[in-house]
Parts: sequence; structure tokens; C-alpha cells
Amino acid sequence: MDTPNGYWMPPAASTVAQSVDDLYFVIFWLCVVFFFIVTGGVVYFAYKYRRKHPDQLATQQIGHNTLLEATWTIIPAILVIWIFVLGFRVYMDLIVAPGDSLEYQVTAKQWAWDFRDPDGCSVPGELHVPAGRPVKLTMRSDDVIHSFYIADFRVKQDVLPGRYSSVWFQADKPGTHNIQCTEYCGTSHSNMFAKVVVHTPEEFANRAQTFCKVTVGKEHGEKLYKNQCAACHTIDGNRLVGPSFKGIWGREGKMSDGSKVIVDENYIVESIRIPTAKVVEGYPPAMPAFPTLTNDDIASIIEYMKTLK
Amino acid sequence: MNDHAAHAHDDAHDVPFLEDGKGWKSWLFTLDHKRIGVMYLWSVLIAFAAGGVFALLLRLELMAPGKQYIEADTYNRFFTLHGAIMVFLFIIPAIPSAMGNFVLPLMLGAKDVAFPRLNLLSFWIYGIGSIMALSSIVFGGVETGWTFYTPYSTNTSGAVVMMTLSVFVLGFSSILTGLNFIVTIHKMRAPGMSFFRMPLFVWATYATSILQVMATPVLGITLLLLVAERTLGIGIFDPALGGDPVLYQHFFWFYSHPAVYIMILPGMGVISEIITVFSRKTIFGYRAIAYSSLGIAIISFLVWGHHMFLSGQSAYAGMVFSFLTFLVAIPSAIKVFNWTATLYKGSISFDAPMMWTLSFMVLFTIGGLTGLFLGALGVDVHLHDTYFVVAHFHYVMMGGTVIAFYAGLHYWWPKMFGVMYREGPAKFSAIIVFIGFNATFFTQFVLGTRGMPRRYYNYLDQYQPLHQFSTFGSWIIGLGFIVMTVNLLASFKQKVKAPANPWGARTLEWSIPSPPITHNFHKTPVVTEGPYDFPVEGQAASGAEGKHA
Ligand code: HEC
Ligand SMILES: [Cu+2]
Ligand SMILES: [Cu+2]
Repeated sequence: MDTPNGYWMPPAASTVAQSVDDLYFVIFWLCVVFFFIVTGGVVYFAYKYRRKHPDQLATQQIGHNTLLEATWTIIPAILVIWIFVLGFRVYMDLIVAPGDSLEYQVTAKQWAWDFRDPDGCSVPGELHVPAGRPVKLTMRSDDVIHSFYIADFRVKQDVLPGRYSSVWFQADKPGTHNIQCTEYCGTSHSNMFAKVVVHTPEEFANRAQTFCKVTVGKEHGEKLYKNQCAACHTIDGNRLVGPSFKGIWGREGKMSDGSKVIVDENYIVESIRIPTAKVVEGYPPAMPAFPTLTNDDIASIIEYMKTLK
Repeated sequence: MNDHAAHAHDDAHDVPFLEDGKGWKSWLFTLDHKRIGVMYLWSVLIAFAAGGVFALLLRLELMAPGKQYIEADTYNRFFTLHGAIMVFLFIIPAIPSAMGNFVLPLMLGAKDVAFPRLNLLSFWIYGIGSIMALSSIVFGGVETGWTFYTPYSTNTSGAVVMMTLSVFVLGFSSILTGLNFIVTIHKMRAPGMSFFRMPLFVWATYATSILQVMATPVLGITLLLLVAERTLGIGIFDPALGGDPVLYQHFFWFYSHPAVYIMILPGMGVISEIITVFSRKTIFGYRAIAYSSLGIAIISFLVWGHHMFLSGQSAYAGMVFSFLTFLVAIPSAIKVFNWTATLYKGSISFDAPMMWTLSFMVLFTIGGLTGLFLGALGVDVHLHDTYFVVAHFHYVMMGGTVIAFYAGLHYWWPKMFGVMYREGPAKFSAIIVFIGFNATFFTQFVLGTRGMPRRYYNYLDQYQPLHQFSTFGSWIIGLGFIVMTVNLLASFKQKVKAPANPWGARTLEWSIPSPPITHNFHKTPVVTEGPYDFPVEGQAASGAEGKHA
């Protein structure tokens, strides 16, 4: 289902989503009723008892009314305890992963996600899962706290350094959904996007021949760029954390030690493998090393860079 | 002060406090609670303006996804400043320190607070803390968010130490004011003013003061630990040094949830005063409101974990915190019902303070009700750290406290400065702010429900129309506050003299001239009735003076 769930909710695309939405609307209507009781009372009284001449006094002074006060204490108390129980039930469904879940490993770092499926296959910036199977992600962070959020699945969990946390979901049909980071983690927090791609079980079973196959070329390079570099490097000439890649290939750059460098294969490989070896003048030495990138990956990135005129 | 007391009937000292001494020294070294209150008032108003400008800049950047006119890092610094200024420099001191200082002793029939020197000290500390907070802008800025979550805050660059130390310093100002008020309320009530004859604003301030004294030290210690980790490398919160980042969150919210009530309780106190006076009715359920303030103060210490349902805290802890969070909703609901019932059979006028109060009633109700979504565990998972939360706490903090603050400002303005403002523009500004507020923040409930995370510089295209609408709303709020400010300031030029009791209120601050003389009361008043004993139709009005022997 890729259409929003009513005016308020995003698409409901996991097995738990509908029960979250149902509870949301229970609370919603309860709020609407109470809102109209209170504002209705305020507006009605304000109109009915408005002061018509300056010396008008109240017609009656009422200090309190035990029965009324007991009623409006007990009824809300019962209602909120009821919501508490419903909320806790849904929560248990959200956090207890079924025993037969597919187990994935997830690593978050500033500002990218790395997903590994049970076979160790990883596609940069994309989480590939089958429809109709529970999937459990065991997550950790390499640096600060991040939070893993798929709005369409109604799941969210903080990802911590030095500790594992986990989240599970079962997507109900093939499709693509956004993954967003929801714990503030610095400059590119809002660009820490990824996608979850839900496949049919057959597509997923054949992944070694399709999306999990290693490819070399500028398309693969572009994908890597988007997922691993775009948080710091633009392709439109604007400065972000690092210099833009626009026209990078063959450009002459000035380093912080005063030397000059022409951007070629070796320089790019060095920039990725040992980022501190040469630091571009005017920028902080903030570029991380990327040990997970293979030589083929880097070759693909270089192919892609050549296209950025 | 002693000097004044000794010459209580010496007419030379019967000058209004505003004219008792000229020049900046007569202000900066004053021991008069009213002058200290006024200095606080101007300071928090400036802080509100500064925080508001940052808010408008943030909304402007969010007109469209991607870069509009500032860089991501600048945006992050701006939202940190917006939050830190609004919370620590404006909302926390706004009602207790500015209005509380001015009216609390007057309401009690006292000549000053219990410790006038301590009171001045707390203002100075506030001044120093504020300067430190703002100086962080030139020392590299802070982009951690006002919550300073570790390990981000211990590793990122910028003036984090300066900012956290400033909050540490500001905490002392808060503690000293709280302490002063507790002692004042216990020891300086006029003869005949029993606890249950105190105005509800005093009760609210009392509960707030207890929270300030008990919770603020925890924040101070936490921030010192953070500073120690950052500067000395002592591992407390950073796992790379063997620390625990979630521990920081526990410490932080152990203060900051009670702080939510430090912010809202005084606002509720203001509303209780205004709603009675402008409907000429005794408050419905005095004791329920008084006790619910204390109830809130106590339970509020036990719900901090509701900020951490997704932090990796255990499911059982989550369950207990969720349950207690729902319990703390009840006393707030009771207050809203009581205020509504107070209007029943009253004689209701719609002067500016009442307009702001009615606005509060609507906005605070929405703020409180939307808390139910966030307290329910299963729904919070979806809404946590989205714009839904942003909208919720703006409805409570701004729709609640800030609107109550401006209600109080319009209510006590004649008493503070001895002049009346123009009624038309004052009402108009209340309405404009109400409209702009809903346009800005109701939209954000929709954004959040649809999955828009908070603290985002960039966002998915699908959210743009709502973001734009919210930004338009923020301009309407800005306009409303400009109208309000100009109108209030114009009252100094128009010099329309305020009577002692323009609203027909019955609490003690209205029984003395506007503005009050330096030592407040010629003769200590003797209280013989409750603060809201308004007459009814057919019964002779006794007037506010009638209750003093
Ligand atoms: C955390 C931010 C960050 C990320 C992510 C990042 N970089 Fe960088 N990068 C920088 C910074 C800062 C510099 C400039 C300082 C330096 O040269 O080390 C830089 C410099 C470079 C340079 C040299 C540019 C020049 O003009 O000479 C290259 C090439 C480069 N990065 C490639 C990459 C690639 C490829 C990726 C993705 C696999 C990437 N970077 C990801 C921050 C980053
Ligand atoms: Cu993030
Ligand atoms: Cu809280």
C-alpha cells in the first residue's frame, strides 16, 4: 500500500502498522471529544454569562461540588489507564521479534547506514528484505547516537555506540520505503537517508544474481556516492563539509601544507584510504576512511567522478 | 529596607517605587523586590525577542528542502540557540522571577521577599549566565541541541563548555529564587492569611519553587560531569572512554521533566488569578487546584523515562514510566475543568488579560491532550522525535506558559508601571497570535504524524507544502507580538494613569496604589477572607479594601 493511510498517516506497509494507526485514532477521537467538551464549555459560558453592564456581578458563587469533581477525576483516570493498557499491548508487538526472523546487522555512522543481510551481502544505502518474512535488525553505532526510523512501518529505535539495540518488522508487500535518522547526529543528520527495498520472496532468493552482484561502473559509483559521500560532498559546486565534486577530475588543488596536487586515480584512492595524508586547504581534516569500500568500488567512484563536469 | 520600615509613616518615603532613586545604580543595586522583578521582566522580554528571531530564521530556512540561505551547521546552531534561549533565559525565569518577584510579596501582604540581598544576587547570576550563554555564539557556536546529548556533545567542536557552564550558572539563579520564595511564603504572610487564603498564583509559585530547589542541582551536576568529560577526558558518558551515553539522558531528564512543570505551573497560577477576576467568580475547587499543583510537583519527578522509550531502556521501565505519565495528566485535566467551571454563572468581561487567558485555555487543552499520544508506548514509537513532539511541546510551553505570561503581563502591567495600555490593540494582538500559533504548530502535528523527523535542515519533497504553511504561520505570530510590544511601550508615552484596582480584583496587590510605594503597605494588612470572595448580584459590593481590618 503506497497511498497514505487517511489524511494523517503515511502508508501502512508493515504487519504492525495498522494496529498502531488504530490506537492512534482511538486516542484521536477521545481527544476530539474532550476538546469539544472543554472549549464548548468555555465558549458557551463565555457567551451566556458575558457582562452586559459594567457593574454586573456573578449570579452565584460556587466554591466546589464534590460529586462533579469526583466524576471528572475518575472518568479521565479510567480512560487514561485504558489507553495505557492499549499502548503497552501494541508496544509489546512492536518490540518482541518472532523467533524465525531473518537476522541483519546494521551499522550507523555519521552520516550513513550499512546493512548486511544474513549472507553478508550489503548494498550501499539500501536495505533489501523479502516481503512476508519477519526481519530483525541488530544495530550499533560507530560514533554518536543515531535512530533508525521507517515511517511506513511505524518502527523506530535508537542506535547506540558501545551497545547493541534491535528492531524488527515484517513488510507485507514489495515496494520501497524511506529510512530516516531521528536522533540528531550533526551536520548531515537530515541527509542520513536510506531506502528499504521490499522484494518478493523469489526476487530475494535470487539476489546473488541480481542486486547483490558486484558491479563496476559509473552507475555503481553514483550509488556509492549518494550513500556514502553525498553527506559531505555536493556535485553542484556548493561547499558542504568537504569540497564539491563538481569538475573534480583533473582539477588542480591546493593542500593545507602549501603543495599543489592534480586530482588523478592515485590521489583519489589515497583520499579515500588515508584521508589525512593530504588535506585540502581551507577544510577540516574531517574525511573518514572507508575500509568497507573495495577496490572495485573505488574504481566505480572514479568512473562516476569523471562524469561530473 | 530597615530604614524604610523604621520610617513607615514618614511621608518622604511614600514615593512610588519607580521614582524612588534615579540612575542605573539605583536599579542594579536595589534590594526592592519590585525593581528586581522589573529588571527580570525586561531581561526575559529581550531573551524572548532573541529566541523568537532565531525561530523565524529557522522557519524561513524550512520554506523548501535543501539550502535556502544558511548552511546546515548554521541551521543547527540556530535551533540550539532558539531552544537554549527560550528554555533557560526566557521560560524558566519568566513567570517566577519576573512576575513572581513583583507580585508574590504584594499578594502576601509583605514588604519584601525574605532575603532581599539573595534576590539581587540571583538576578546578577542570571545576568552573568545569560552573557555566558550568548558569548558562546562568538566562541564558535554550539550545535548540539539544547539537550546536549552525549556522546555527540562531548566530541563535537564549538563552545559546548561555555554553553553548558552558562546553564550551570543560570541554575543557581533558579535555585536561589526558589529558596527565597519558599521561605517568603512560609514566613511572611500577613496576619490572617492562612495557607488556604493564599491566592492560587502563590500556591503555584510554591510548588514551582520546590521543584527548582530539588531538581536543578541534578542538572548542574550532570552538566559539570559533561564538562569534565569534554575537558579532562574522564569517561562518564562516552562509550569510547568507558562511559554510558544513556546515563546522561537519565540524568538530564530527571531535571528536565520536572523543569517542564517549573515552566507550566506558574502559568497555571496566572490563569487562576485572571479567570476569577474577569468573571467575578470565586475559583471553582480552590483546594483541588492547590493540591493538584503539589501533586504534579511530586509525580513529575517519576516520569522522566517517557523521553527515553526508544533509548534502549528496558520494556519494563518503559511500562512504568508510561503509566506514571498518564497519572500526571490527571491533575492538569482537573485544573482545566475547574477553570471552565469557574466561568459558570459569572459576569465575564473580555479585557485583554482575559483574551490571552481564553487563548491559553484552548491551546493548553490541545497541548495536554496530544500528550496522550506520546504517553501511549505503541504510538510513541512512531511519533518520537518527529514534528509531532515539536508541536506538542510548543502547544504546552508556548500555547501554555508563554501565552499565560503575556496574559499576566497585561494583567499586572498597570500595577507595575502605573499606566494603562490601549485595550483594542492588546486584544487584537492576542487574537493574531492565537491564529498564527495554530497555523504554525497545528500543521506540525500533521507533519509529525506523516513521519517528518525533527531537527532536520533538509527534508523529503512530500513535506514541503505543510512546512511552507507553518512558516507563513510563524510570520503571523511575529506580527502579533510586534503589535503587542508597540502597544505596551506606547502606554509609557500616553501616560494614562492606572487606578489602584482597574480590574476589580480582590487580592492584596490591588489594594495599594499603582505603582506601589517602595515599602508596599503603609500598615501591614490583616486578612479576613479568601482571595476570591466576590459578591453576587443583589449583595452589596464590599470592594477590595473592605477586607482589611
Ligand atoms: C564526513 C564527511 C566526509 C565524507 C562522508 C566523505 N568525505 Fe571526502 N572529504 C571530506 C573533507 C572534510 C575533505 C577535505 C579535507 C581533506 O582533504 O581531507 C574531503 C576531501 C575529499 C577528497 C579530496 C577533494 C579535493 O578537492 O581534492 C576526495 C577525492 C574525497 N574527499 C572523496 C570522498 C569520497 C569518494 C567519499 C565517499 C566514499 C567521501 N569523500 C566521503 C569529508 C568527507
Ligand atoms: Cu541523525
Ligand atoms: Cu517529560
